[in-house]
Amino acid sequence: MILRDVRRNKLKTGLIITIFFVFITLLIYFVSLFLFDNIYLAAAIGLSISAISAFVSYYNSDKMILSINGARPATREEFLQLNVSLESLCISAGLPLPKLYVMETDALNAFATGRNPEHAVVCVTTGLLKKLNKYELEGVLAHELSHIKNYDILVSTISIVMVGFVSILADVFTHGLIWGGNRDEDSRASIILLVVGLVFIILSPIAATLLKLAISRNREYLADASAVEIARNKEGLISALTKLETENRPMNVNKATESLFIVNPLKGKEKDSLWSTHPSTVNRIKRLQNIQ
Amino acid sequence: MVVFLIIIVILVAIIIILYNHLVKLNIRCNNAWSQIDNQLKRRADLIPNLVEVTKGYAAYESQVLTEVVNARNQANSMSDMAKNSEEVSEKLNNLFALSENYPDLKANEVFKNLQIELTGTEDKIAFARQFYNDTVQHYNTAIMVFPNNIMAKLMKYKEKEYFKVQEDEKEVVEVKL
Repeated sequence: MILRDVRRNKLKTGLIITIFFVFITLLIYFVSLFLFDNIYLAAAIGLSISAISAFVSYYNSDKMILSINGARPATREEFLQLNVSLESLCISAGLPLPKLYVMETDALNAFATGRNPEHAVVCVTTGLLKKLNKYELEGVLAHELSHIKNYDILVSTISIVMVGFVSILADVFTHGLIWGGNRDEDSRASIILLVVGLVFIILSPIAATLLKLAISRNREYLADASAVEIARNKEGLISALTKLETENRPMNVNKATESLFIVNPLKGKEKDSLWSTHPSTVNRIKRLQNIQ
Repeated sequence: MVVFLIIIVILVAIIIILYNHLVKLNIRCNNAWSQIDNQLKRRADLIPNLVEVTKGYAAYESQVLTEVVNARNQANSMSDMAKNSEEVSEKLNNLFALSENYPDLKANEVFKNLQIELTGTEDKIAFARQFYNDTVQHYNTAIMVFPNNIMAKLMKYKEKEYFKVQEDEKEVVEVKL
């Protein structure tokens, strides 16, 4: 079951990287074509920039996500209980110890990122540490460890960085469109720019939607179920989710990274809909209670 | 002649596969064991510090704990070690329960950290032990089924002991009616 999911997640990552690779290559190709008026040069620039972006997002996406959310390392001296809990859960899950980070905020949340179990990061908010007891905290940590074990982190992290990259490019392009339109007299080039620009303005939201579909809400249910297996205790996670639902407050995070978190950091309460990134916490608790 | 050669090649291939499979299982058991061993050692290293901190409050319990930890070295079978480990856990819990009576001990930063570390080590031992026992069960089954049992005999692989107290060694609790 889990092994099949791991394979599917790796395939999905390959697909996402390929789609964005083509997407970015085409985008840069058109821009360069317009700037230099040379097909070969444009193709070379387009390919090399997208290759670099794919490479960088594979190796550095976890660091980028940590830094845009302002996380800092959680040392053993400062957060002893958190470190000890993570160490014991790792023995249970048979995983190498991930790096541990905290985010300074009163909101209750946590996320995991990285590209594989050997290069993984778990991050929790300081609010979570204040509000949850040891068993609840272990439930949350076990949930994050299951995302690592199932390779969910690879899919979500890579797609976030690539969607981010595309939206930045589209943004730059839209600005170029406005300024360029004023001073450029060459009508042929203006039209190309206009068309390509429009295509990207339309495609960016689609890319974002693709990301949300790739990280299906079912991953959360699956991670909850494996968390019970890892922590050998479902009461902790159930009571943690209840606290996350009732005592939470919205936190200041980058919108692109919202799907990474254990509960949606931007909205308070959520009902299941086609577009929500997380299943409703009430439904998750119900499913947990049905285990065994 | 060709058929004969093919049969030999197939036989050799089977032997290699069986051999590698068993070696892998054996290594996995040893790794699982070293995980328990590391945590037991870690606990034994931490306990003298705990004894030092709690000496003024629970001298007798600290003394008992030290003795139980030292008895660890005399254990020569897996079952003995498991038994000793359980004993240490029990005495540790007693000591922590006793510390509830001393507010200034509970407020002591060193004691607090030691309690977190040691409770964590207890969890780690429990998880590592489950992992080890699962691995050993897998190994023991593997070396008993045909044709692995022939291979295992040639390789002198023996059945491994579980890390748990054997049923007959457990003290029988008499229920008086």
